[in-house]
Amino acid sequence: MADPDLIARVVDRTISSADLANEIASDQDGAVVCFEGRVRTRNRGRQVVRLHYEAYSEMADETRREIAVEALRRHGARTVAVLHRIGTLEIGEVSVAIAASAAHRSDAFEVVRYVIEQVKDRLPVWKREEYADGSSEWLDGVSPPAEREGSE
Amino acid sequence: MTPGEIPIHVLLFGYYRELLGAPSVEVSLPAGARVEDLLGRLRQLPELAVLPDRPAVAVNRRYADSSRSLSRGDEVALLPPVAGG
Repeated sequence: MADPDLIARVVDRTISSADLANEIASDQDGAVVCFEGRVRTRNRGRQVVRLHYEAYSEMADETRREIAVEALRRHGARTVAVLHRIGTLEIGEVSVAIAASAAHRSDAFEVVRYVIEQVKDRLPVWKREEYADGSSEWLDGVSPPAEREGSE
Repeated sequence: MTPGEIPIHVLLFGYYRELLGAPSVEVSLPAGARVEDLLGRLRQLPELAVLPDRPAVAVNRRYADSSRSLSRGDEVALLPPVAGG
C-alpha cells in the first residue's frame, strides 16, 4: 500500500473498531475515536433477520482510500482506518468499522464523521435485507455523484 | 460485431445484476461512443428496459459522466444507488 498510515479494505470476515484502534494507536496521539455500523433488528417497521452486502470490491478499495486521504487532508488527524464487510451478516454484527487517531479529540471525531458520511454517499456497496417472513429487498440507497473525475 | 466497433464489457451490481440475471454483459459500440450511448444500448435489452434515466456509471473504477467517451478495454460498471454502512 502506498501509505502505510491508511488501512482501507473490503473484507468478508468479522471486523471490529477496537482491533483497528489498536492497529493505528500511537504514543504521539492523545485521542482515538471508533465508530461501528451494526446490523439492527428492525428497519422501516419490518423485522430484519440478516443482511447481505455486496460490493464492487476493486472500486470500493480505491474509493475508500480516496475518502481516507480526503479526511486526513481536511482535518488534523494523524491516521484513519476503515473496513467494510461484505457477505451475509447476522443481527448485531459489524458492517463498517472506522478508527481515527489524532493528537487531540476534535480532529479524531471530525475525521470519523467525514469518513462514515462519505462511505454512505459514495462507496459502491449495496445491501439486501432479509425479513422474518422470508422475503427480501434491496435497500434504497444514495445516488452517487454522476461525475467525480478530476475532482478530489 | 461490425468493423470499427469496440467491445465493451459491462459489470452489473445489486438490483441491476438481478434484473439482468447475470453479473456482466458484453456489448459492441461504434468507436467514440459515450456512456449515454452505452445506456441506450443496454435499455434495448428487455431485462434492462426499466433502467432509470441516469443510472450511476463507473468507468475504470471512477464515477463517470454520461458524456464520457469509451475506449476499447475500459472497465465499465452500472451502479445502483449505493447503500453501504
